[in-house]
Amino acid sequence: MVDVTIIGAGVSGSAVARELSRYKVSICVLEKGEDVCSGTSKANSAIAHAGYDARPGTLMAKLNVEGNRMMETLSKELDFPFLKIGSLVVCTDSEEKEKLNDLLERGRQNGVEGLRIVEREELVRMEPNISDQACAALYAPTAGIVCPFMMNIAMAENAAVNGADFHLNTEVTGIRRIRGGYAVETNHGEIETRYIVNAAGVHADEIHNMVSADKMHIIPRRGEYLLLDKSAGNHVHSTIFMLPGKMGKGVLVTPTAHGNLLVGPTAVNIEDKEGTNTTREGLAEVLAKSSQTVKNIPYREVITSFAGLRAFEERDDFIIEEVADAPQFIDCAGIESPGLTSSPAIGVMIAEMIRDKMGLEKKENFIAKRKGILDPKKLSKEERRELIKKHPAYGNIICRCEMITEGEILDAIHRPLGARSLDGVKRRTRAGMGRCQSGFCSPRVMEILAREVPDMTMMDVTKCGGDSKLIVGEIKDRL
Amino acid sequence: MAEKYDIVIIGGGPAGLAAAAAAYDAGAGKILILERDRMLGGILNQCIHNGFGLHTFNEELTGPEYADRFIRKVEERKIEYKLNTMVMNMTADRTITAMNREDGMFDIEAGAVILAMGCRERPRGALNIPGYRPAGIFTAGTAQRLVNMEGFMPGREVVILGSGDIGLIMARRMTLEGAKVKVVAELMPYSGGLKRNIVQCLDDFGIPLKLSTTVVDIEGKERVEGVTLAKVDGSGKPIPGTEEHYTCDTLLLSVGLIPENDLSRQMGVEMSPVTRGPVVNESLETNLPGVFACGNVLHVHDLVDFVSEEAGIAGRNAAEYVKTGRGAGKESGIPVIAKDGVRYTVPSSIRPEFMNDRLVIRFRVGGVYRNCYISAYIGSERKIHKKCRIVAPGEMQQVILQKKDIEAAGSVENVTVCLEQE
Repeated sequence: MVDVTIIGAGVSGSAVARELSRYKVSICVLEKGEDVCSGTSKANSAIAHAGYDARPGTLMAKLNVEGNRMMETLSKELDFPFLKIGSLVVCTDSEEKEKLNDLLERGRQNGVEGLRIVEREELVRMEPNISDQACAALYAPTAGIVCPFMMNIAMAENAAVNGADFHLNTEVTGIRRIRGGYAVETNHGEIETRYIVNAAGVHADEIHNMVSADKMHIIPRRGEYLLLDKSAGNHVHSTIFMLPGKMGKGVLVTPTAHGNLLVGPTAVNIEDKEGTNTTREGLAEVLAKSSQTVKNIPYREVITSFAGLRAFEERDDFIIEEVADAPQFIDCAGIESPGLTSSPAIGVMIAEMIRDKMGLEKKENFIAKRKGILDPKKLSKEERRELIKKHPAYGNIICRCEMITEGEILDAIHRPLGARSLDGVKRRTRAGMGRCQSGFCSPRVMEILAREVPDMTMMDVTKCGGDSKLIVGEIKDRL
Repeated sequence: MAEKYDIVIIGGGPAGLAAAAAAYDAGAGKILILERDRMLGGILNQCIHNGFGLHTFNEELTGPEYADRFIRKVEERKIEYKLNTMVMNMTADRTITAMNREDGMFDIEAGAVILAMGCRERPRGALNIPGYRPAGIFTAGTAQRLVNMEGFMPGREVVILGSGDIGLIMARRMTLEGAKVKVVAELMPYSGGLKRNIVQCLDDFGIPLKLSTTVVDIEGKERVEGVTLAKVDGSGKPIPGTEEHYTCDTLLLSVGLIPENDLSRQMGVEMSPVTRGPVVNESLETNLPGVFACGNVLHVHDLVDFVSEEAGIAGRNAAEYVKTGRGAGKESGIPVIAKDGVRYTVPSSIRPEFMNDRLVIRFRVGGVYRNCYISAYIGSERKIHKKCRIVAPGEMQQVILQKKDIEAAGSVENVTVCLEQE
C-alpha cells in the first residue's frame, strides 16, 4: 500500500509531491496526460502575483502572499526562471481612482510589501507605452513573472529524484474505500493508498465526487491569450493589469520570463473541460481590451494564440482540506488564479497536513537542489567551446528561432521524467516556441525522439501524447 | 584568433551558391560559405518537382538538379564551405561568430559579407486562426520536407489554406502520394502563386481553389478532425452564414514567406517594412558597407532563376568591393520610388557611377491590375512604358534601366516605378 497518492501532476500536485518527498513516506503521482504540466499549469499568465487581489482572510490571500515570498528562493533552488519585474494595476478613469486605494488597502491587509500608488507622470516614465488614458496605477514591486512549464517540471523532477513515483498516461476512473485507505482505479490497474491528494485541476470535482456525498462543481473558465515575438518583448517592462472586475483580473500585458510579450486572458465560463480552443471573438476581445491600458502593441508580431482553463469553484477560494465524509482524502481544488503563485505554499501546507496526520519524519538524504537543463547561451564563448569539445551535440543548433542545441534536447529527453513528445521537448527547452512555431525544427526533434526514446519510431512520435501523432504512414502506402 | 576571409556568404542555398561562384569568377580570393543544413542546396533539396531553370538553362530541372548545377560550380572552383554550421552573431564590422559540432564556436573576419539566408514560412499564429491546437497542422514546407526528404505522410485528408506556390505544389504532391486534397482556400480574391502552378497542381487534379475564403475554426483535440471555411468580405472578415465544414486530418498552411533577417537586424542592417528584407542599392549592398544581400532574404522570389541572377550580381559586387573598396563611403544614391500599385522596388537607390550598363529593377504590385502599363520615370521623363494584359501580386515584375539614360538625365531627384492606366 502506497502512503500518499497525488492525483494530477500540474503545478499543485507537483508542489505537493516535492514538499512531501522531504519526508519518509511513499508517494505516487497519477497524471492522465503524457507529461507533467499538461493542463491548466501550461496555459496561464505565468505571473507571480503580489497578493493584493484576494479578499483578506481567504486561503487565496494567505497562500498567494506566502507563495510569492517563497518564489525567489525556490527558483534558485530548483533552477527555473523567475524575474521580479513588478506589476501595475492601471486606472484609466479618474472617477475610479478610489478603487486603486481599495486594492492598496486590501494588499496591506494581506501583508503585501512595498505597494504604492504612482501618478501618471511617474507611470509614463516607468512605462512609456502606457495608455494615454492612464491616470494612475497601483505599483507592486514584489510581483514577478515565471516560466510556468519550467517551474512545474522542476518541482516534479525534484520530487521524482527524491523518490516520488510518477505514473503518466494514467487516468483515474474510480475510487473505492478500502480498509486503511482507498483503492484508486485507473486505466492501468489499481493502486491502494492510505491518503489521496486531489490535485486534478478542472477535473478535481469529478475526483472529489467519487468519494464524497457533498458534491463539488468546478466550472472551467476559459482564458484566451496572444503571444508576441521577442521583438515586442520590451513593449512593457512590468506586468500591466487593468482594474479587476467580477470575472477576475481582466486582460493583462506582460513580458514573459523568456522575453516575449503576452497579452490576455479573456474570462468565459464554458462546459467542456478540455475546451482549450481559441475563438475569433475571444482573440478580438484581447486585442480590444489590451489597448485600454497599453498603446501601440505591435500585433503584427503575434506568433501564436492559445487558451487555458481556470478551475473556478463557486466558493471562490482555494479548497484545501480533508473532506469531511472521506477521511484521508485531501482536496486541493479550485486552484484558479493565483494558483501558480500559491503553489509552493500549497505544497508546504498539504505536506504539513499529511506530516502531522501520519507523524512523518524528515529524510536525511532529501536533495533540495535541482539543476535545470544546461543553457549554453548563459556560458562564455570559452566555456561554450569547451562544452562542445566534450559534447559535440551542443554545437548543433536544432531550433533556429530560439537557438536550441541538440545537447539541450538530449538532456530534456534523458533526465528524470524526460520529454516524450514534441510539446514535452518544447516546454523543457523552448525548441519550437519561437517565431516559426516549430515549422523548421519539428522534423528534427521528431528524429531525435525516435532515435533516443526506446521503442519509439518516427510513426510513434506525437505532439502531446494520445492520438496526436504527427505522421500517419509512409508515402504511397495506400496507393 | 579569428580567421580572415575575403568574402563570407551566409547560406548555401541557391543564392549563396550563385553568389560564391560569381564572386570567385570576379577575382575574389578566399571565399567561405556557411550553411546550417547538412548539405548545400537549401530548400531546393526538398523541391523534387520540375520546372526549375527554364530561364537559366532552357531546361526543366528538378530542385535538386538545379542545386546540383551550382554545387558543381562551387566544387569546381574549390570554394570552401562549412555544413551544419550556424551563424550565431554578426557585427557591423563583419566579424562573424559561428558554431558547429567539429569546430565548436569560432570567429571569422570577413572583407565582405553576402547575406543569403533565404526565407521562412509564416506560421498559423501569425494569422490568428481560432480553434484547437492539435497535431496535423503543418506549414506546407514542413510537410514537403517530411514527404520528399523523409518519405512520411503527414496526413491522409488534407485542406490547404493559402495558395502560395509551396501550397499549390504540395496539393499535387500529397495527391500523388495517395492523400485526398479536398480544397485549397485563399484569403485574397486572387492566388498568391504562379498561374502555371494553379493549372498544373490544382486544375489538372480537380482540386478546387476557393478564393476570398479562410479557415474560421479548427476541430480536434489531439489530431485535426476537421476545419470550417468561410467566405470573407472585402476587409478579410468572415461572412456569417457562408461556413462550410470539411472533415480532414491535416491542415497545410501556405500563407506567406518572410525573409529570414534575424541576423541582419542584429548587425544593424536597415530593413524595408514592405519586403521585410534589407534596403539595398544598385550593387545590392545594404546600408552597412561591404554587406550585400541577395535571394529570398532580400525579397521573396517566385523563380529560382532570378535568385541565381541576382546572387551573381551580389557576388560580383562583393568581389569588387573587396578588391577596390568600391563605393565605400558613398552611401547615398538616387532614390527609386515605388508608387501607384507598385509596392516596393529592389534596389531602392541607384548610384549611377557604380551601375552596370543595364540595371534590373524587380518589384511586386499590390493587387490585380488588367490592361495597364508598367512605367519607369527617370526624373520626370518616362523611359519605360510597357503594356501588360494582367499583373498580379503573385508574379514578380521587372523593368530594365540603361546606364546611358541615367547618365544622360544628369542630376535627377529620383527614379519612379509605377502602374499607369494609359
